[in-house]
Amino acid sequence: MTATSGSDSVLAVRSASLTLANHTLWSGLDLDVQGGEFLAVLGANGSGKTTLLRAVLGLQPLTRGSITVCGRPAERGSDLIGYVPQERRLAPPAPLRAADLVEMGLDGHRLGPGWFGGRQRRQRVAEILAAVGASELANVPVANLSGGEQQRVRIAQALATEPRLLLCDEPLLSLDPRHQREVVRLIDDRRRTERTAVLFVTHEINPVLPYVDRVLYLADGRFQIGSVDEVMTSQSLSTLYGARIEVLRIDGRIVVVGVPDHADELDSADDSYATAESAS
Amino acid sequence: MTTFTLASSEPGLWKQIFNFDSYGELLSLLHNSVIAGAVLGIIGGLISVFVMMRDLPFAVHGISELSFAGAAGALLIGVNVVVGAVTGSLLAAVVIGALGVRARERNSIIGVLMPFGLGLGVLFLSLYKGRSANKFGLLTGQIVAIDTPQLSWLIAIGLVVSASLFLMWRPLRFASLDPEVAAARGVPVRLLSPIFMLVLGLAIAASVQVVGALLVLSIVCTPAAAAMRVTASPRVTVALSVAFATVAMVGGTLLALGSSIPISPYVTTISFAFYVVCRLIGSRRGWRRSTGRAAEEIAEPVPEAAVPAHHP
Repeated sequence: MTATSGSDSVLAVRSASLTLANHTLWSGLDLDVQGGEFLAVLGANGSGKTTLLRAVLGLQPLTRGSITVCGRPAERGSDLIGYVPQERRLAPPAPLRAADLVEMGLDGHRLGPGWFGGRQRRQRVAEILAAVGASELANVPVANLSGGEQQRVRIAQALATEPRLLLCDEPLLSLDPRHQREVVRLIDDRRRTERTAVLFVTHEINPVLPYVDRVLYLADGRFQIGSVDEVMTSQSLSTLYGARIEVLRIDGRIVVVGVPDHADELDSADDSYATAESAS
Repeated sequence: MTTFTLASSEPGLWKQIFNFDSYGELLSLLHNSVIAGAVLGIIGGLISVFVMMRDLPFAVHGISELSFAGAAGALLIGVNVVVGAVTGSLLAAVVIGALGVRARERNSIIGVLMPFGLGLGVLFLSLYKGRSANKFGLLTGQIVAIDTPQLSWLIAIGLVVSASLFLMWRPLRFASLDPEVAAARGVPVRLLSPIFMLVLGLAIAASVQVVGALLVLSIVCTPAAAAMRVTASPRVTVALSVAFATVAMVGGTLLALGSSIPISPYVTTISFAFYVVCRLIGSRRGWRRSTGRAAEEIAEPVPEAAVPAHHP
């Protein structure tokens, strides 16, 4: 798929470059994502995966180039975009139930207390929760949700505005394999039925491997875009990193060996995860 | 002889704490204080919800000491105490808001500011030659001193604080509880932080007048902390918090009227009692466990078969 964006083009990135503090995260990035497409964004920590999402959200200005979502320049708070963050425990005393989290995704950015028009809003929130199979969680305090449940509710929150593009930033991190499968299936289901485009940032491709249409691999200011078979090869990643990388396929899983350590230095917090996964 | 002294002093002590002699007259004389208590109860109850959600109790304490310094300074140079309290409060709020973006930095800045503010206040009070009741009142609260102009100030501040909170309610809640997604939805998370600090500064300046600098937390933190023990509903939290703060303030005022003791012990005790009761009820219900993982055993895991679509 090249720049021949048809009418179904959801995200269009044109010659985008981003330099932060003299460090070029990526440059000359061209990317088109169609409705219903599942694009995995891979790369070591600090390679600019999350920053790319921030740029699409209109939170991070580009150094050069442009980003459009459904033909409109990227802007803050667009209803066209849903955002699923990492699973992270909210502070226990937060007065917040699952339904309230979804409600915030719906109209939490609007001014005023929003204490009126409650029935219609509650109805809508119930529908959204039902769509992700989380109706029974509606009144559970968010602090009491398990990791998998929280991510399910997070997806409901992200889908509240019926977005055309779903941005997922490591939504599987710290989930066990069963919950990982559930969460990915939920996202996959959405893009198939509603043709929502998915940009899925992840350390680890294996949990999403059956669903991925294309891969964007970021490394050291360079990138590769293509199908899994094109990008996830020893040759392609060795060229990208400028070092010898082995990509092995074992039991339908992809294992990458030899990714240079320095790329991970920028954020050591998630190192254990990265090492554990690439070693597995 | 010793027994005699004890016997006579004990009812005296009780009488000092609870005295309802000629209560009606006192009430009509001091009705301003009751109104002030109600106003403070409402703004304290509202803002304490955000103080808890944003984890700012320590900042409240820090701002209130600077507010005390401002009020003491105003007393010394003979200008309106409210103006002094508001100035000190807003200055502290601006400094804490600007320098302490991350929680850890914020706490150290507050730790540095707080003793300085308190010291400054003590200096001003030592230099002040007026009535000593005024001095003590700024630290521990006062009930008699609320005259009509002061009450008008309180009501004006109360209106500004409530109006600002109502206006930014949803985005502020979103930004406080879920900053990452709030930013993704276009909420100006960074801008809301200093704005909230200013509103908080105003609310604290108003409270310092009545409950005193040392005890502001009892109406700007405890009510919501208590409410959050018994409910996870945002609306019920707000309603309970306002109810607790108002009952503590008005109840404390009414109990303090006849006695010679400052208002603050009454207010803080009622407020604390609400917290203890809510904690007991909360722990009995078994939710809100410190691990936050309680649901894993209680809630049934969602079967994988439930995942497939049921879209319209």
